[in-house]
Amino acid sequence: MTDKTLTIGSTVALPKPELDLLMADLRNNGFQTVGPHLQDESIVYKEIAGLKDLPRGITTEQTPASFRMIQTGKERYFDFIPGSQSWKQFLFPPSHLLFSAVKEGKWQLKENDEPAPHYALIGVRACELAAIGIQDKVFLRDDFSDPIYRHRREGLFILAVNCLDPDATCFCASMGTGPRHTGGFDLCLTELDDVFLVEVGSELGRSLLSARNFELPLAFVQNTANQAMERAAHSMVRSMDTSDLPGLLTGNLDAERWMEIGKRCLSCANCTQVCPTCFCWNATDQVDILGKATRRERLWDSCFNPNYSYVVGGNTRPNIRSRYRQWLTHKLGTWKDQFGVLGCVGCGRCITWCPAGIDLTEEVAAIRAEVLA
Amino acid sequence: MTTTLINTAAHSAGYANKLLLPHWAEIVKIIPEAEGVSTFHLKFTDPEVQSRYHFEPGQFNMLYIPGYGEAAISMSSDLETANGLLVHTIRHIGNVTKAANRLKVGDVVGIRGPFGTSWPLDAIEGMDVVIACGGIGLPPLRGAIYQIIRNREKYGKITLLYGARTPADLMYPSEYETWQKAGFDMQVTVDRGDDTWTGRVGVVPMWFYHFRVDPHKTAILTCGPEIMMRFVIYEALARRIPSDHIYISLERNMKCGQGACGHCQQGPYFICKDGPVFPFRALENIFNVEEY
Repeated sequence: MTDKTLTIGSTVALPKPELDLLMADLRNNGFQTVGPHLQDESIVYKEIAGLKDLPRGITTEQTPASFRMIQTGKERYFDFIPGSQSWKQFLFPPSHLLFSAVKEGKWQLKENDEPAPHYALIGVRACELAAIGIQDKVFLRDDFSDPIYRHRREGLFILAVNCLDPDATCFCASMGTGPRHTGGFDLCLTELDDVFLVEVGSELGRSLLSARNFELPLAFVQNTANQAMERAAHSMVRSMDTSDLPGLLTGNLDAERWMEIGKRCLSCANCTQVCPTCFCWNATDQVDILGKATRRERLWDSCFNPNYSYVVGGNTRPNIRSRYRQWLTHKLGTWKDQFGVLGCVGCGRCITWCPAGIDLTEEVAAIRAEVLA
Repeated sequence: MTTTLINTAAHSAGYANKLLLPHWAEIVKIIPEAEGVSTFHLKFTDPEVQSRYHFEPGQFNMLYIPGYGEAAISMSSDLETANGLLVHTIRHIGNVTKAANRLKVGDVVGIRGPFGTSWPLDAIEGMDVVIACGGIGLPPLRGAIYQIIRNREKYGKITLLYGARTPADLMYPSEYETWQKAGFDMQVTVDRGDDTWTGRVGVVPMWFYHFRVDPHKTAILTCGPEIMMRFVIYEALARRIPSDHIYISLERNMKCGQGACGHCQQGPYFICKDGPVFPFRALENIFNVEEY
């Protein structure tokens, strides 16, 4: 007789169709399940109902400025490396109504009291969970707690996935964030050809999984998964040497390399939009034509936008080179002063989605070479 | 005397659940100061908000005009004579501040604040104080000036260096006599005089060529165009005034006031939260970096 009692830390084998039922359970419990979906010739994160909405049999090939999807025909649902979108859009929405104001005699304010959605994130990679951990430090500070982020974060269910097939732009191993999850999830999947291995990370995860028809995995199955994860960690072709960060960047603000990058960077802001940790935002008024009603909204912003550093009399960073320097010295430098960690998790999105193919690992190495020369 | 590099005590902790939600304040009085500059006296429409509100000189509010947005405006009130009014001297030069110029007494604006650090009036007790400001840089120091006058015996020699483009651009000229009577050495200079101007012509940092300072007991408070502050600091350091006795108020693009939106970053600092008032020592490695 076998004991099928689950505890936090348990790992079980789950037949793939059972994930469908688990997602249905999440939905019945009031969660909005969001996950990867094939759309617009890419992989986006959006509301999904079950397994049928996942990108089955799709793998990706990402290199600087290039994203390709390849059909493998395999019964695998998480065989790809994520596209341009990150989970950031669910916790820190790209646009969010803060309040509206109407002029009836005098101005009256109306708060946005729409309740925060409860999201269940399906398929969160280790680098992506690390990015959420970084944004927790940014948005949930002792002296300032962002209410929009907090309400969404508190109600979040995280179904994590271990990465087994990194792309060429990935460098999470060198950032210490992946490819294997180490905690912070409710449930964590490792996908094999015929079965998911599922690790329990929370009480809610345990309770949901208990209702499913799982098996206790044999050593061979666990071994296969462990070996696949080992291989993934060692197969990564890119890496970032963080040993001399942040000083390498913050101490060399006058490096020649900044000038050189400034010639290639288009200041298009793609890197900041795809970055899962970039947090800058702007607030704008959307006003009606009579000037009697306005909606004040929060929108993502970027340090590459010319208006970003506008002060009376002009822009404090008129040149692209200084905007790129601001981005990189913040991400890999002063971020640590502000939040105690570097702002990069090694997901590689900024490399894949830069139209000029600028690779931050290469730029850091070039600055290091210049300084040491 | 102890000096902390960053004054974190003055953060505003409010508005935890209400991102960017302002309180309404009514315009009680508008005083034209100079071409394109006027002073607004404001009062919160909610008396409870008014009684709770407290600020220190050097801090700022975010002023919201529905349909236009927000602008960071320093407090120019004298803490004790404003009778609970918020006093803001505003140069009407941006989108929001130009809209403010079209408002009338009785109109309302939104206010969030106070935000940021304040002038270190305790830390500089016992010292000679040089207040070096230019143009619209005087209003953020006005509250500090009145606090110093009120506690005049706590400070040594006070020098006020103030420069404006023309005599017509000088802020608060009717108050200079009061400041002089309180023993301030008033050194007012303009870039271009007019037919009646008999005072000094030139820029603020030039004052250092003409007077002696005791570097061991002199503190500098400076606010104005960054180029002016750069040379004030240059002259002060050249006279061996230590960098932690030089205090500077920085201006950057500010949207939230709480170190959250990212815009006002300079190096490790969020100017809105860690500043706007800094001891220069905290900025030594970044202040002179081009476009940083």
